[in-house]
Amino acid sequence: MSSKYDVLVIGGGNAALCAAISARRAGASVLVLEGAPKFYRGGNTRHTRNMRCAHDAATEILTGPYTEEEFWEDLLRVTGGQTDEVLARHMIRESKDILNWIVEQGVRWQPSLGGTLSLGRTNSFFLGGGRAMLNALYLTAERLGVDVEYDAEVTDLVIEDGMFLAARLKRPIRGETEIRATSLVAAAGGFEANIEWLKQYWGEAADNFLIRGTPYNRGSILKMLLDKGVQEVGDPTQCHAVAIDARAPKFDGGIITRHDSVVFGIVVNKHAQRFYDEGEDIWPKRYAIWGRLVAGQPDQIAYIIFDSTVVTSFMPTLFPPIAGQTIAELAGKLELDPVALEKTITEFNAAVQPGTFDHTILDDCRTEGITPQKTHWARKIETPPYLAYPVRPGITFTYLGTRVNKDARMLMADGKPAANMFAAGEIMAGNVLGKGYAAGMGMTIGSVFGRIAGREAARHAKN
Amino acid sequence: MHGTRILDEADRLMTVCNSCRYCEGLCAVFPAMEMRRAFSDGDLNYLANLCHSCGACYVDCQFSPPHEFNVNVPQTLAVARAESYAAYAWPQALSGAFARNGLVISVVAALSMAAFIFGFAALNDRSVLFGVHTGPGAFYKLMPHKAMAALFSVAFLYAILALVMSVRAFWRDISPPIGGRAEGGSIFQAIRDAGELRYLHGGGVGCYNEDDKPTGRRKQYHHLTFYGFLLCFAATSVGTLYHYLLGREAPYPWWDLPVVLGTLGGVGLIVGPVGLFMAKMRRDPALLDENRYGMDVGFIAMLFLTGLTGMLLLILRETAAMGPLLALHLGAVFALFITMPYGKFVHGIYRFVALVRYAQERRSEAGS
Repeated sequence: MSSKYDVLVIGGGNAALCAAISARRAGASVLVLEGAPKFYRGGNTRHTRNMRCAHDAATEILTGPYTEEEFWEDLLRVTGGQTDEVLARHMIRESKDILNWIVEQGVRWQPSLGGTLSLGRTNSFFLGGGRAMLNALYLTAERLGVDVEYDAEVTDLVIEDGMFLAARLKRPIRGETEIRATSLVAAAGGFEANIEWLKQYWGEAADNFLIRGTPYNRGSILKMLLDKGVQEVGDPTQCHAVAIDARAPKFDGGIITRHDSVVFGIVVNKHAQRFYDEGEDIWPKRYAIWGRLVAGQPDQIAYIIFDSTVVTSFMPTLFPPIAGQTIAELAGKLELDPVALEKTITEFNAAVQPGTFDHTILDDCRTEGITPQKTHWARKIETPPYLAYPVRPGITFTYLGTRVNKDARMLMADGKPAANMFAAGEIMAGNVLGKGYAAGMGMTIGSVFGRIAGREAARHAKN
Repeated sequence: MHGTRILDEADRLMTVCNSCRYCEGLCAVFPAMEMRRAFSDGDLNYLANLCHSCGACYVDCQFSPPHEFNVNVPQTLAVARAESYAAYAWPQALSGAFARNGLVISVVAALSMAAFIFGFAALNDRSVLFGVHTGPGAFYKLMPHKAMAALFSVAFLYAILALVMSVRAFWRDISPPIGGRAEGGSIFQAIRDAGELRYLHGGGVGCYNEDDKPTGRRKQYHHLTFYGFLLCFAATSVGTLYHYLLGREAPYPWWDLPVVLGTLGGVGLIVGPVGLFMAKMRRDPALLDENRYGMDVGFIAMLFLTGLTGMLLLILRETAAMGPLLALHLGAVFALFITMPYGKFVHGIYRFVALVRYAQERRSEAGS
C-alpha cells in the first residue's frame, strides 16, 4: 500500500464510498479509512433503506413523478426555510442523475417496502436494505482498485492554511502512521454516538438518549476540522431523532426499535400527562418530531398508550406492547400514577368527537376542550387490554457540520474555500438541513455530495 | 412457546425481521412472513422450507452476528428445515433416520449394493456373471426382467406412499384450517418457481457461498443435478414403455432415446453433485446447519453414485465388467429409491409444497 494517495477518504458509509468510487473513476488513487471494524462498516448507512431523488416520470419502482420543484417545496417545509437554497437546489438537481449513477455502482432498487406505501412515489428503496447497498458499493470500490482499511482510527489531521497535508492514523496492529494525500474527502458522519459531546448542548438529558447507529459515529473528524479553522454550519442541538422503544439497546438498534403507532393512541410523560398533539400530521411526515418531543420531557421517557382495537393498524414491533386489563394495571406495570393516568384517559375519551376514522388522510376524528388537542385520528381508548410502548429519544444523526460550497469543498472560517478539503454526507448535512427531516434525505445528501466531492478531489489531485 | 428450541429461535427471528422487512425483495420467505403477525409451528416449518438458503439475507442484515440481535435466518431455517423432515416423516417410527442420516444412507447404500452383488453371484453361474452379453435382453440374463421390475416397483411405490403421507402431514400443518386444497394455478406457479430455482438467487445477483461475492454456481450445479435426475428418470420411463408397449428390450443402441436421455442425465448427475459438494465444503459455516453435513453429503453421494455407475455401465456394457456394474448400479438405484423419504431428497418435495402454498397465498392476497 503506497503511503501517498491522490485522494484520502475518511469514513466508510454511503458518502465515503460514493466519493471513493467517483474519485477512482476519475483516475485518482484512493484510500478509504473506515474507523469501524468490517462488520460495523458504513456508519448509519447500514441502517438506511431508501433515498429521496427527484425524477420527472414514474420508473419501474417509483409510482409517479417527483419534480425538482416539489422536492424543494418539501425541503422548505420540513426545514422551515433553514436551508441553503443554492446548495439545496443544486443537490436536488443532481439527485435526478444519482438514481441511475448509483445503479451503475452495483446498487439495486426495489419498490417501497410493505408498510411504507406513502413513500412509493418519492423514495427509491435499496433491495436488501442499506447494508446490501453498502456491500455493493464496497465490492465496486474494491474491484476498481480503491484501497480500504478497517479499524483505522484517525487521531489527527495535519492542516496548514486550509491545506490538508496528512492524516495520522492509529492502526490496531501496525501502530501509529502518517498517510499523506493530495486531497481529503471527509465523510465520517456526525457526533451522535459521542454522549459527552451531546451533553455540551443537552446536559444530563443526553444520558437518556439511545443511539440508533453504531458507537463509532463519534464525530472526531468533524471536531478536528472545526478546531483547525473549517467553518461550522448548523445548530448543534439539531438532529434526526425519533421516538424508539425504551427497551432498545444503547447503540445500533437501527430501524426495528422505532414506533409508528403514535397516531393511533395518546402519548403521556412520566407524570401521565399528554404533552403534544398526537394527530398533528400524517406519518411519516411528523414521525421525526417525536424524538425531540420526548427529549424535552422529564427523564426523557414517554409512553404511547392505545387499546386492543388498533393493535393491527401498524407494523408488528420488535418488543411486544406492555398490557393491562385495566388502566390501573397498565399504569402499575409502567410505574405511572394510576389515578393520574385514569384521569388523563377519561378526559381524553370525553373530549373525543364523533367522526369517520381514516388513518390515510387527515380525518375528522378530533378532540375538543382539552389541551393539547388531538386534531386527527382521535378515538376513545376503552377496549381492554390496554397497551403501551415506553419510548425514549433515539438519535439518528446530528446536523452540526462543516460548511461547503457547490463543489462540496469546505469553507474556512474566513469564508475562503479550502485548498484541497471536501466533505460529504452527515458531516455536512447541516448545510441543507437546518432542522427537520424528510425520509431518505440523508442518503441523497451522502450520494450527491459524495459523488461531487470525489470528482472534485480527484480533479484537484490530477492538476 | 413452540415445541422445539429451534422453532423458538425461528419465531424470535421472524419477529425481528417482521419489524424490519428490508429483505422482502430477496426471496419468498419475507413476503410470506409479512402476511403474518404471529407464527405457529406450521408457519415456521413452512417458512423454513420456503427458504432456498441463498444466504443473501445474512450478508445484507445489519443485525447478523456479531450484532447482539444475532439474526441468522439461513442457518436457523436450515436447522428448522432439517427438523421438519423428521417431524413429518412417515411412518414416524422411521423419523430417527434423520438423526444420523449420513450413516443411515451409507449403510443402506452399502447393504443394497452388496445384496445385488451377492444376489447376482449366488443366482448366476460365474461364467454368466463375468460373461460378455450383448443385444436385446442382455441385462436380463443376469436378473430376469420380471424380478427386476417387481423389486423396483415395490421400492418405488413404497417411496411414493411414504412421501405422500409425509406431504399430507406437512400440508395440513401449513395450509389454512378450511378449504386446504391447492388449485391448478398455484401448482403451475410453483412448478415454474421450482423449475428455475427462482429464489436461489439472492434477489438477482446469485447466492453467497464462501465470501461476500455472490455467484450463480450453486444454482447451475443444482440445475445439472436436478435436470440430470429428471432425464435419468425419463430414460427409465421411456425404457419401460419400450419394453411393455413396443416389446423392445434393453440395452438399446447409443442413439436411442433411453440411452440419449440417460447419458445426458448421467453427465448431469456426475458433474452437478461434484459441484454441489465442492460448494458445500467451501461455504461459510455461518450459513449452514453443520449437523446436517451427513444428510446433505449422503444425498449428494447417492446421486453421484447412481450417475457414475450408470455411465460406467453404459460405457462397459459390452465387456465382462457389465455384470458387476449392473449389480452396483441397481444397488445404488434401489438404495436411492428406498431412502428417498428418509433423506435429503425430501427437501425438493417440501420446498415444492411450500412454493405451492406461497403461490396460493400470493393469489389470495392479490384477490382480496
